[in-house]
Amino acid sequence: MLEHLPALQVAITLTAAPVVMMFGRATRLAWAVTTLACWASFAVALTLFATVADGSVISYEMGGWAPPWGIEYSIDAANAWVLVIIGLISAVVMPFARQSVEQEISESRTALFYSAFLLANAGLIGITVTADAFNIFVFFEISALASYALIAMGRDRRAILSSFQYLIMGTVGTTFLLIGIGFLYIMTGTLNLGDLSARLPEVSDTRTIRAAFGFIAVGISLKLALFPLHLWLPNAYTYAPSMVTVFLSATATKVAIYVLLRFVYTVFGFEFSFVELAMAWLLMPLAILGIFIPSLVAVFQTNVKRMLAYSSVAQVGYMILGISFASMLGLTASVLHLFNHAITKAALFMAVGCLVYRLGGVSLTQLAGAGQRMPWTMGAFVVAGLSLIGIPLTAGFVTKWHLLQAALVGGLWPIAVFLLGTSLLAAMYIWKVVEVAYFQEPENPDTTVAEAPLGMLIPTLILTASTVVFGVFGNFTVASAGTAAAALMGGAP
Amino acid sequence: MELLGLYNYWVVVVLMMIGFYIVIAQGNLIKKLVGLNIFQTSVFVFFISLAYLEGGTAPIALEGVSEYSNPLPHVLILTAIVVGVALTAMGLALVVRIQETYGTIEEDEIHQQEDLH
Repeated sequence: MLEHLPALQVAITLTAAPVVMMFGRATRLAWAVTTLACWASFAVALTLFATVADGSVISYEMGGWAPPWGIEYSIDAANAWVLVIIGLISAVVMPFARQSVEQEISESRTALFYSAFLLANAGLIGITVTADAFNIFVFFEISALASYALIAMGRDRRAILSSFQYLIMGTVGTTFLLIGIGFLYIMTGTLNLGDLSARLPEVSDTRTIRAAFGFIAVGISLKLALFPLHLWLPNAYTYAPSMVTVFLSATATKVAIYVLLRFVYTVFGFEFSFVELAMAWLLMPLAILGIFIPSLVAVFQTNVKRMLAYSSVAQVGYMILGISFASMLGLTASVLHLFNHAITKAALFMAVGCLVYRLGGVSLTQLAGAGQRMPWTMGAFVVAGLSLIGIPLTAGFVTKWHLLQAALVGGLWPIAVFLLGTSLLAAMYIWKVVEVAYFQEPENPDTTVAEAPLGMLIPTLILTASTVVFGVFGNFTVASAGTAAAALMGGAP
Repeated sequence: MELLGLYNYWVVVVLMMIGFYIVIAQGNLIKKLVGLNIFQTSVFVFFISLAYLEGGTAPIALEGVSEYSNPLPHVLILTAIVVGVALTAMGLALVVRIQETYGTIEEDEIHQQEDLH
């Protein structure tokens, strides 16, 4: 049983999806089964994480076919870390989802909605566990197709347009990835990531491999919303149903960043990516622009969901910045931020989901007086907001601190100053929300608005509390991120 | 001579550019999807071309034959075609709903009704 965990990790949610689809109007049952599947998946992720925490690697031969002929699933400290992120977020978002989905999705579509959610989840898990380049492409498309459907189910009619926009850009991204994989296959004759990293050094000094690197880097950058390829993200996150925004913002871009890390560090190798192709000089300016411009745009947004979506683009910039330092410290900070940003942004979007549930929308004018009428929700928003800014004793601070250290050790003190400056921008947009919610009287006081239902509030508070817990006791996450970074640097998965 | 020998790859490049250009330049959502399909198909042709071996036959064990085309890319592309079909279906479904909602599938006319930015 235990040795089949890597396959189970994908299989649980993948098989639950068609089952849930058949429930039709039995929406409670659909929700219950989806929740169970997500919790089981989280339990598997935790078990795998505990098993590989010492730096060991689990290799699983799919269907008993030995790699490189069969597809290999390979778990090391790096992808177990990402699995835990996906597992945690889906396990926490499901209790939250019941009431939110009841309100936002029509009853006849609820079972289909949960089914698509499970597919998106299985796709993301699949991308993470597989050690086969083509398999990565297929799982990318599974999760992407399900995400397009999920986003299109938003109540606002612009949701369909956003979904279409995402479909076009997402498909171009994955097709670029496929072209790159084709180039790698011509030169090496293998699709297994471990084999690729072993055979690439022999042929790395060719135009084909450099083109492969370019296609793969651009393709994945589209999926992870690296500035300026982020155009699909703000619309998709703004108009998607609340629960979908929580899930996608916390996992989809993170998984894409993991794939980038896997290709850049493990498959192509540090030497090729950073010494020969000087990737840092490409990534660093994009990261800096990608932090600054979206943060600035976020300050001027009037819809809180859209504001946080732009902030997500900026946060991706922080992760890319860590990578661009081309050092162990920088990589650790990036890997750490995958987790810390996932819990922070999920908590924020959950608080927004609670506000949407009670107020019907989250443009700034609607939020007036929310601080008095929904104290717990706004409290969660403020605490998670502090973590987003990077105030000490929150998870966000732990990553900012490590990024800062990485910048200073690398002798890049202007970047350290820049990091502090952009935190001020984050403080500005979070403050805008706080100001309206706490210090403005609503224009026509609607006394019926009360605190969000407990079913939504408790998951929100759990994640918010975890941003503080992992801020105060950051040693555990830092150590795990360090092991994950070492696994990425260390060669074959 | 090498130029002609790489005939397949020239076709791939031309198709790829045509498809990609349509995706970017066309305002009609259906035409965008057509462009996307051409773009993807060019990649399929690319994979099939790289599997070809001069003088090779189909990969079936026969006496007296020692050179086979590589079957793996064929299998990969079967999967990729399925993915492409699913994507097209998804895209068309979205276009149908866009038509129902906005009464048009021209990008500029939609943006007149709705500012997405």
